[in-house]
Amino acid sequence: MQTKDCLTIYGEQIKSRLLIGSALYPSPDIMTQSIVASGAEIVTVSLRRQQSAAAGDDFWQLIKNTGLKILPNTAGCHSVKEAITLAKMCREVFATDWIKLELIGDDYNLQPDPFALLEAAKILINDGFKVLPYCTDDLVLCQRLNELGCEVLMPWGAPIGTGKGLLNSYNLKTIRERLPDTTLIVDAGLGLPSHACQALEMGYDAVLLNSAIAGAGCPITMSRAFKASVEAGRFAYKAKAMPEKDVAAPSTPTMGMPFWHQQ
Amino acid sequence: MNITINGELLNVNSKALVEVLQRFGAVAPFAVAVNGEFIPQSQHSNYVLNEGDSVELLSPIQGG
Repeated sequence: MQTKDCLTIYGEQIKSRLLIGSALYPSPDIMTQSIVASGAEIVTVSLRRQQSAAAGDDFWQLIKNTGLKILPNTAGCHSVKEAITLAKMCREVFATDWIKLELIGDDYNLQPDPFALLEAAKILINDGFKVLPYCTDDLVLCQRLNELGCEVLMPWGAPIGTGKGLLNSYNLKTIRERLPDTTLIVDAGLGLPSHACQALEMGYDAVLLNSAIAGAGCPITMSRAFKASVEAGRFAYKAKAMPEKDVAAPSTPTMGMPFWHQQ
Repeated sequence: MNITINGELLNVNSKALVEVLQRFGAVAPFAVAVNGEFIPQSQHSNYVLNEGDSVELLSPIQGG
């Protein structure tokens, strides 16, 4: 991969097109090894009530030791007020203006609330945040978020943790087509490296995932698989795929056919 | 005075936020909100709590 072919997040150049979560791993050691094996340069974290101070600090030390960029999230927030407060707390603790804005609208499929998302994004952008909204694959919602100043959009592939892949590739393709200059990251719902590859093949700039690696039988090996898949997908996008055809076309030359087709 | 911190009811003698955090055993790094409003670290030393206030003390955790 050419070094200039980078993912751009609010002006920062990132070489890896895989963003990785830090949750759900079988152990802290496997978490660390999986994150390192993924080649990711950005890792997602969150904030929760301080229960066991020592355990929380251990986790934070491990993440800090990776040296990766931190992307805090507002996971679990159901209202604009909750999300704004949590974003401000994240900014102070993690010392970053980046925020993965999550605002849940429905507890059944953890679908983002598009209306609250727009409201919260507007407030946070005005407060100096660099907002990365986790949103549905609705074109108009993506356009509105972009118009508000979200330079990165993160439509879902499928509901969080389902591993179903890209449920609506038409919608995702349309968003890519209509927002050609916006950094687009498929976030959530991926289960297989092939899902990540598909997203990159269709021109998405990156993917963000967690469960697909953390929930695999061998997270470290799966992490390597995802690293390879995003690289393959990006190469394929840059290479421009052949046009699909409905009629067969021989790949072997027909000139000089042997005796059984001689006239 | 009674306050709530991370959902637990706590009877405190001091109204000073920093003293209440110390008594709770807060360990850095953390961020604080009172009644759902973020209180920046720069304001902790002067912040005065009121009866019934709800304090949230949050620290880093795994996220996806």
